[in-house]
Amino acid sequence: MSFAEVFIQAIPKLLNGLLVTFYMTAFAAIFGLVFGTILCVWRVYANRLVSLVSTGFIELIRGTPMLVQLFILYYGLPVYGIRLSPLIAALIGFTMNSAAYQAEYIRGAIHSIGSGQMRAALAIGMGKWQAVRSIILPQALRLVIPAWTNEFIYLLKYTSMAYIIGAPEMMAQAKFIASRNFEFFKVYLITAFIYLTVVWIASFFFSWLERKLRIPGTVVGER
Amino acid sequence: MKLIVESLPVLLKGTLVTIELTLAGLTLGLVIAIPVSFFQVYGARVPRLVCSIYERTFRSIPLLVLLMLIFYGLPEVGIKLEPFFACVLGLGLRSSAYQSQIFRGAILSVGKGQSVAALSLGMTRFQVFRHIVFPQALRFSIVPWTNELTIVLKDSSMAYALGVVELLRQGSYIIARTYEPMLIFLLCAAIYLALTIFANRILGFVEKKLRIPGFETREVVH
Amino acid sequence: MNQQPVLKIVDLRKKYGTTEILKGVSLELKKGETKVIIGPSGTGKSTLLLCINRLVEPDSGKVFLEGEEITPKNVHRMRQKIGFVFQDFNLFNHLTALDNVRIGLIKVQKIRKAEATEIAMEQLKKVGLADKAHLYPSQLSGGQKQRVAIARALATRPKVILFDEPTSALDPELIGEVLSVMVDLAKSGMTMLVVTHELGFARSVADEIVFMENGVIVEQGTPSEIFTNPKTERTRQFLRRLTELYGEERK
Ligand SMILES: Nc1ncnc2c1ncn2[C@@H]1O[C@H](COP(=O)(O)OP(=O)(O)OP(=O)(O)O)[C@@H](O)[C@H]1O
Ligand SMILES: [Mg+2]
Repeated sequence: MSFAEVFIQAIPKLLNGLLVTFYMTAFAAIFGLVFGTILCVWRVYANRLVSLVSTGFIELIRGTPMLVQLFILYYGLPVYGIRLSPLIAALIGFTMNSAAYQAEYIRGAIHSIGSGQMRAALAIGMGKWQAVRSIILPQALRLVIPAWTNEFIYLLKYTSMAYIIGAPEMMAQAKFIASRNFEFFKVYLITAFIYLTVVWIASFFFSWLERKLRIPGTVVGER
Repeated sequence: MKLIVESLPVLLKGTLVTIELTLAGLTLGLVIAIPVSFFQVYGARVPRLVCSIYERTFRSIPLLVLLMLIFYGLPEVGIKLEPFFACVLGLGLRSSAYQSQIFRGAILSVGKGQSVAALSLGMTRFQVFRHIVFPQALRFSIVPWTNELTIVLKDSSMAYALGVVELLRQGSYIIARTYEPMLIFLLCAAIYLALTIFANRILGFVEKKLRIPGFETREVVH
Repeated sequence: MNQQPVLKIVDLRKKYGTTEILKGVSLELKKGETKVIIGPSGTGKSTLLLCINRLVEPDSGKVFLEGEEITPKNVHRMRQKIGFVFQDFNLFNHLTALDNVRIGLIKVQKIRKAEATEIAMEQLKKVGLADKAHLYPSQLSGGQKQRVAIARALATRPKVILFDEPTSALDPELIGEVLSVMVDLAKSGMTMLVVTHELGFARSVADEIVFMENGVIVEQGTPSEIFTNPKTERTRQFLRRLTELYGEERK
């Protein structure tokens, strides 16, 4: 088959897969941010026990391969009668994984905001949690935007792993097509090219967005 | 418990392959990354551009796609690689892109003032690099490089998809016999965790040895 | 006449590890009084101020505000009545000047937004920054930031304001604008406890000067006593060095 033929044959399926890839990425990036924020706040501000537990969770996730995490969810959980579909297992796995990394980005942001902000918030009579909510997090979340966009792009690539447990994203489609027409090189090259394009577009889009969204209040640590 | 004791030797055999993959991939990455980052900082326009495109390309393609391309795709153009070497090549190519980004960043973060000051003492360009820029850039690189090491270590698990009998694949063989997926995969996770902690420790130690006051480079990275 | 002191500090002690930073400090401020604390670096002046409203937890000792003891239980309520002005401003970076001033009113005191805005604007006017209300901290000069910080401290109508070296992070040409706000404040009858090395300010505004060293109050008295006739040799030495360093008067 010529390249063009392979391309025409493969592209509808691949784009279908790309859509799933997108959904998974967006889901994990957004819910990862939500849970990551919670994990981070627990790690930094909660009492010792809660802090220790969330620190343990974060380090556990960051210290092990995502693939192992997916396997535990998909192959391990049925031992306890919890059977997840490949897609659900992948979504949970990516979200948990992303939450752990994002918690660390946010912690870095909180660190760079400095303790003076907390002190000033307490000094005007705020409680700790109120200060976290209305002074610390609004700043930290703004600072973490570049890291979040990186995380999005990282997920875009790493969701390809979901194919190993059988989730129908782009990589799985590629494998499926290639095992039918035996045009492995061409199909995977096209797939690589799509990833490349999507990742580049996403990078450009995000850096454009960051420039656009920059507001004076986000400059932190400046006196 | 008995199962853990029985599977451990097998898993450790797989761990050895995981470590081999990691070290080989990192080394290949390092060998490519050094000239690439050099050209990007000091090169003329064309090599600079070529290296930039190289770096961006291999940072943008998922490792798994790269592995498939190498293992299933390349034979069609006459290059047939063993699964192990296909993995090393994939890990190495991708890591070279990230490592060159690390080195480039490290070199650039040594301020211009440092070079100017060194030149003003009468050093040659090479001496400036050797005595002033390199020692500082090296220190800037350690933390992100540690991070890259653990990424390669963790991502070597994707070799599973090519059938390389590394830690995770050994684990799945045991599971095929014993039907204990949870236990075995948790065991695999524990081994990975031990490896990443160990790697962090070693490089943390190196970092401490090389530390210069006022030169703290620890930060949160992924 | 209510002769009860606004702020009363009794035998405050604080250790960091094994080093004693505060070794039993007692102090009183009557209504409308301004006291200036001076003393060498590392003496525990900042620690003292932070211990007053428990931003740093003291090991022992008591602090009373208008006769009511400040305890971990009531600390949030009490902090609203104690203004705090930091050396490095600590304006909330993500909020405009106006929001910085009114956030305490809205979030802590639960005052309606319109009313809070009115109060906040009034305070900003008082520090001469009504026209900068919508700028972010990064768009303000150091002196303006500190004036906003003072407005923020004033907004909750505190009984006393604590200043921790409010001008020492400022370029020399910006110090005057902050000091003049503080002078006005003192004259308007605000009770103030000020750590500063601005001797001109101390001389013209302070009712009393407190010289602290190594975690204890060495000497306290009126400016004329302290400046012209200090009781201890240490105070004399310190003042001489300070005068050499900062120059005596600043207008
Ligand atoms: N969180 C802390 N942990 C340990 N030591 C501390 C801490 N905060 C302050 N110290 C120490 O306590 C001592 C007193 O500090 P403090 O800031 O109160 O001094 P100061 O009189 O305000 O000095 P300066 O004029 O420099 O502001 C210093 O030696 C300081 O190193
Ligand atoms: Mg101080």
